[in-house]
Formats: sequence, structure tokens, C-alpha cells
Amino acid sequence: MTETTEVRPGPAEVWITGIGLATSLGEGLDANWEALNERRVNVDTKVVAPYAVHPFAPVNLDKQIPKKGDQRQMEAWQRIGTYAAGLALDSAGVKGNKEILSRMDMVVAAAGGERDLAVDSAILTAQAKGNAAPGLLNERLMGDLRPTLFLAQLSNLLAGNIAIVHGVCGTSRTFMGEEAAGVDAARNVISRISAGQSEIALIGGSQNSERRDILMLYEFGDFCLKDEFAPVWARQGHSGFALGSAGAFLVVESKAHATARGAKPFARLKTVVSDHSLRRQPGDVTATLGKLWSELGPLEPDGAILTCATGAEPVTSEERSFLGQHPGYAVRATGTSFGHTMEAQFPLGIALAALSVSRGALYPPNDSSGFEIEMTKPPTQIVVVCAGHWRGEGMALVEAVS
Amino acid sequence: MTAPRDKSGRPIVVVTGMGVVTSLGAGKADNWSKLTAGCSGIHTISRFPIDGLKTTMAGTVDFIPVEPFTSSGLSERLAELATEEAIEQSGIGRKGDFPGPLFLAVAPIEMEWPQRMELGRVTGKQEIDYKDLLSVSGGGDFTRYHRRFLFGSVADFLAERFGTKGSPISLSTACASGATAIQLGVEAIRRGETDVALCVGAEGSVNPEALVRFSLLSALSTQNEPPQGASKPFSKNRDGFVMAEGAGALVLESYEAATARGANILGVLAGCGELTDSFHRTRSSPDGKPIIGCMKKTLADASMEPAQIDHINAHGTATPENDKMEYQTTLAVFGELAQKIPVTSNKSMVGHTISAAGAVEAVFSLLTLEHQRIPPTINYDNPDPTILFDVVGNKARDARVTAVMSNSFGFGGQNASLILTREPA
Repeated sequence: MTETTEVRPGPAEVWITGIGLATSLGEGLDANWEALNERRVNVDTKVVAPYAVHPFAPVNLDKQIPKKGDQRQMEAWQRIGTYAAGLALDSAGVKGNKEILSRMDMVVAAAGGERDLAVDSAILTAQAKGNAAPGLLNERLMGDLRPTLFLAQLSNLLAGNIAIVHGVCGTSRTFMGEEAAGVDAARNVISRISAGQSEIALIGGSQNSERRDILMLYEFGDFCLKDEFAPVWARQGHSGFALGSAGAFLVVESKAHATARGAKPFARLKTVVSDHSLRRQPGDVTATLGKLWSELGPLEPDGAILTCATGAEPVTSEERSFLGQHPGYAVRATGTSFGHTMEAQFPLGIALAALSVSRGALYPPNDSSGFEIEMTKPPTQIVVVCAGHWRGEGMALVEAVS
Repeated sequence: MTAPRDKSGRPIVVVTGMGVVTSLGAGKADNWSKLTAGCSGIHTISRFPIDGLKTTMAGTVDFIPVEPFTSSGLSERLAELATEEAIEQSGIGRKGDFPGPLFLAVAPIEMEWPQRMELGRVTGKQEIDYKDLLSVSGGGDFTRYHRRFLFGSVADFLAERFGTKGSPISLSTACASGATAIQLGVEAIRRGETDVALCVGAEGSVNPEALVRFSLLSALSTQNEPPQGASKPFSKNRDGFVMAEGAGALVLESYEAATARGANILGVLAGCGELTDSFHRTRSSPDGKPIIGCMKKTLADASMEPAQIDHINAHGTATPENDKMEYQTTLAVFGELAQKIPVTSNKSMVGHTISAAGAVEAVFSLLTLEHQRIPPTINYDNPDPTILFDVVGNKARDARVTAVMSNSFGFGGQNASLILTREPA
């Protein structure tokens, strides 16, 4: 028996020291902050009519992805994500710092699979016109698919591209599974940093919404908002989410690591919790959110909540019941402003919470229903809430570093 | 009596249950007997037409019916079978109530061609584009496809079926995914977050488009006849990997929790390591530094020296580049020991089970420790003279094995290694 009495350090404090946002509202923290304060929404019902989507605000890709060859090797969702990841590294002051990047851990929440719509359409059309040869599919795929398209579809190649373009190459893990992937990416990283298994990490995700192939999966379940846009809380009788294009990345690190390199925090990432309700009965999600809330630690009254509420039902109503139990809190549905960015929505929520905390103000409500209320005092704590459109519940507590 | 903590003061992580399915069969017993007999699970594909394909063989799992067939449906079924076996062996929890989290390595999920074609037919049109497909997607006729093709769908099913706790993790690190799932479980137990974790890797991806994708990247063997001879790790005439299906599942527990409940300990997850290669999307850095670093990190994580490793379960895909790189990097880490440590590649028989490979090969590594017998690398008739590994060629070898390094390297610069031992150090 060699067991000794251990003297273990307490859990490390986790700081958010870098934020990268490239969204439908613009690129960078100032542009997004300004748009939120002006209650601006960039939504389009024509580009993939009749579906409402929040299209990506164009950026100069060369600024974060200097090699054209790299840009060509990616599809839009990867370019958006790689771009936003670069912004986060810039924001944290670690861009190009090989010593730090070579040991930086990365957890990316990703989907993937942007398709070659022309190839797919041609195959379906050939089949519809009576070409039933057994090898038709094989021959068309062999002949028509771009050989490197696969790499632009693979979920883990967003992380792969971030490693290649920005040199983030400590560890690399890609979580999949819609909204929950973003929640668990954050939960995994905060757990590792708290326990001393990691010192600094990059987390985030991205989505390109302006694609009919991406919409199809959600349309199967009748989750997509059509024809007319309304704020998330004003979609009664016309429920659904408008997919949003965005990349949202965060650099998080231990307080000790940040302090040692002189980095200033936007905020503290205090807690991240998640669960997986099987949603068998009405009220299950409301109950799960209540349980997660109780696990966040001490909360001040009259704080702020940023929610990833999608606008799809029945989950949005369930979440609203939960929020109704905390009437003093100023709520903001990020889905109204940015659309539903799926895997990226929770990292986006944390980013906006950290930004609000660091700027000493919550941005104003953008809600015709009156559910979102003004907040006049500077937020010191913001809870980020996520209830996925089908599965996955999570919360984060973001705090001001005094 | 051994310390419940490792040399770094962390909880020791042990394996108390494991399950496996490959093209060789379902279950550890069947797999082990065929593996050590040098049987191949690779055969000509019968699941779909092979007209016009350059590669016509794979290690498909055809003995598990999935109707209607989907790759995600097969992955789910394979994961379920392997998990059932693992949980039963471990004797942990109660039926449908596994007392820890799930870490699932699974291929990225997407809608597949039979469903896309079904939608195409439903449009009733002759000229079809995605606008047409979308116009018939909603309304409730295809709700089942939302459930089936969500990226989280397989994990969702397993979480419900086995009652795992918390939010299940679906992950992909390409061909290293299975090892990453294990690594995530090890880390969670070491943090003290849980006493037990279910780590699963599953792969059911042999469908026309998946095959074509790898084929277009020139990654697959095209030596179709005989199919059993296609996968030739470390051979001079190796020409690519062979796609395959399967699943591996491990119940990981802290040594303390396992011994407290009197569980039978099958082996120890002594070390995990990971290091990203930023050189290229599909190729390793020519200097091999990321792989070298990955192996070194794994040794350091296990507090072990190269001389303590007495077997390497290689990634050994049989692509020209992988096997050469794996030898050179092993040489850099192990020195002359690299030519003395017996090395084998299970992929010679079961093919490359991609997302599952790290988990499947961890199970085989643990069986190697249990039986003190190393399964062969078959089709080793024409050794590559530049790869001077002591390959366990063609016939299983009895050997004293106390510590195995299992390597996994994947597209996107993913490198992960595990060290498995028989007893806690």
C-alpha cells in the first residue's frame, strides 16, 4: 500500500480571455455589440425561401485564412468556423504564439456534411428519368464528386483546419450532437481546466445556414420557421427556428495561466452543467432545467439569462415555464438576434454573456411580446441556458471578474 | 494490495467489462478464436451493387440485420451489442441503469442515398433539386428521418437503452475516435467526476458514398481478389486500407470502485496521450514529430519507459504512408527496441473499423494481455524491407505481455495512443 495523504490544490478558476464572433450581424465584438444595441436582425426569407435564415455577413476571409488553398479545401461552415477561431485567438492575444498554441487544447462542436447539391440533383434526376442501372450511383459518385469534398464534410475537419491554419495543436476533439455538442464542449473544457488537466483551450462551433441540404434534416421534424420572421417569444401559432450562420469561439484558460501571461479576462466561466432528458412527459424539460439551475451554485437575484431558446415547440414553451419561475431575471433569446446556430449556439451564448459582463451592460431587449425586460444595472452574473430543439439541456454561469 | 492511485496520484482506471463485434463475428470469444487463427473478415461487398467501383471488398458486418438499412442504424445496433456484452461482463449497475456517463465514438451521421432517393421519388418530378426535396420533407411523413439522422441519435438511443447518466458525448476524431472515447472516460474518472464510464466506438459506414469518398482520396486497397488478401499491413505490396464495420465497448472504473464491489479486473488503462498534427488534412508531418510526441506523452502519462512496453498493437492501416510513418516514429521513440517489440495489426483481419478502431483494438489488446498470446498480422508474405518491426506475421505468437501500446492516427491530424496493462503499476 503506497497511498499517501494527498494535498490537492482546489479547482482552478477558469477565465474567458478570448472571444471570436463572425455572425449574421457582422464580424468582431464591436460590430456584434453595436447591432445588438441597435436591435438589428439580419434575417432573410428569400435566399432559401420559404425558410427564414440569418445569412452570414460577408468577411474578408484572407484576414484569418491567408492561403487561398486553405480556403478552397473548406466548405462554408469550416471557413466560418476557422475564421471565428482566428478572431478568438487574436482576441486572447495568442495568435501566432507557437509556444502556447502547441499545447492548446481544442474542443469543437460540429455537424458537417455540406453536400455537392449539383451532383446530388443530377443523380436524382437521372434516376427519375428512368436510369435504373445498378451501378448508376457508384459511377456518378466516382465520376462527379470532388475528391477533397469529403474533407470539407468531415465533422472533425473544422478542428483539423483550425490546426492547419492557426496552429492550434495540443489536443483536438470534436463533439457532435446538435445543441448538446456545444454545451458539452464547454463542460468538458471547464472540467479539464478546473482539474488541472488543461491550462488553456479553444472551444466553439460554426454553422452555415444558407443551405437547403442542411435545412432538410430539421424540416423532416417540422422545426423550421417559414415565411415570416418573429422574435423567439412571439412565435405562438407559428413556431420553429430560423437557422443562423455563425462562428463562435472562445479561448478559456486557468486564472493562473492567464495571469502569468498578463492576459485580461472578459469574464469568469464559473460553472457548466448539462443533462439529457428523454422528454417522455410534458414538463420533463422544465424539470430538468430547474435541476440544472440548482446545480449552478449561488446566484444573485435579479440577474440576467441569455437563452439559446430555439422557437421550436414544445421545448420553447417548456423552457418558458422554467423562466417564468425566475421573474426577476432579464432574459435575452439569442435566437432572435442570431437565429439558431445549432452546435454553435451555446458557445455563442457564453460569448455574449462574457461580452456583456465585460462591457458592464446587458444589451437591450428585442422582443415584441414584452417577455424580455430591461436591465439597468451592470450584470455581474449571467446564466446561459440551452434546451436543444430535440435533446440536450445545459447551463453555464458566467461572472464578472472583480 | 496495490495503491488505488497511480504514480501521478490520480485514481487508477481499470477495465471491468468489454464487448466487441467485427466482421469476424459477435462477441469476444468468437472474435478471439478467429483472430488468433488468422481468419479474415474481409469479403466482397454484397450489400449494394459494386459496379463501377475500384474497391469492391470490405469488412462489412452482414450477420446483424438492420431493416431498412442505414449506416447510422447499423452503427447503433453494433454499439448496442458490444455494450450489452461489456455491461454484462462487468456486472455493474442494474438493467437499463448504468451508473456513469457515455462516451461514444461514432461516424458523422448524415442522410443516406436510399432516403434521398425515396424523397426524390415522392416529389414526382423528373428534374429534381433540393428545393423539390425540401418541399416534400416536412408535414410529418418523414419525422423518422429527423430522429435517425441527428448527429446525436446513436448516443441518444444508447443513453436511453442502457440508462447512462448525464449528457452522452458523441465524438469524432476520425480514425482515432475509439481511442478518444476511452481517453475521455479515463480523464473523467481521474478527475473524480465519476467512478465508472461507458466508452464505445461504433462504425457501420460501408455504403456506396462512404466507400467512394475514401476511394477518391486513394486511401483504399484495390487488390480485390482475393478479398481476404487485401489488407497487408507492413508488406511491401500494401496498397491501402480496407473499410470495415464493428464496435468495441469498455466499462471503465476506478480501481477503488471496482475492488470495492468485488469486480473482476480485466486490465488497466495506464496511460493516454494525444497530439495534433497541423501539417496537412490527410498526411502526417514528414518529420513525424506529432506522432512521436503523442507516443511520448502516452508513456509519460503512464509513468512508463519504452522498455516497459512489450507489445505494440499498431494502427497499421496498410496504407503506404501510415505504416512507414508508424515505423519511423516508433523507431524515434523506442530506439532499437522498435525492432524487438512484437508488433501486430488487427486490421489485417478485421479491416479498418474507422471510428470504432481504437475501441475494437483496445479490446483486442486486453484479450492479448489476458491470453498472453498475440494475434497475427496476416497477409505478411512480402515484408517491407524498410520496416524492421518484429511483425507477428501470419501466425499467432505466445508471448509474455504485460503492457501494450495501442496507436490510432486519423485524418485531420488526429493522433491518440493508449497504454494498457494487466495489473496496476
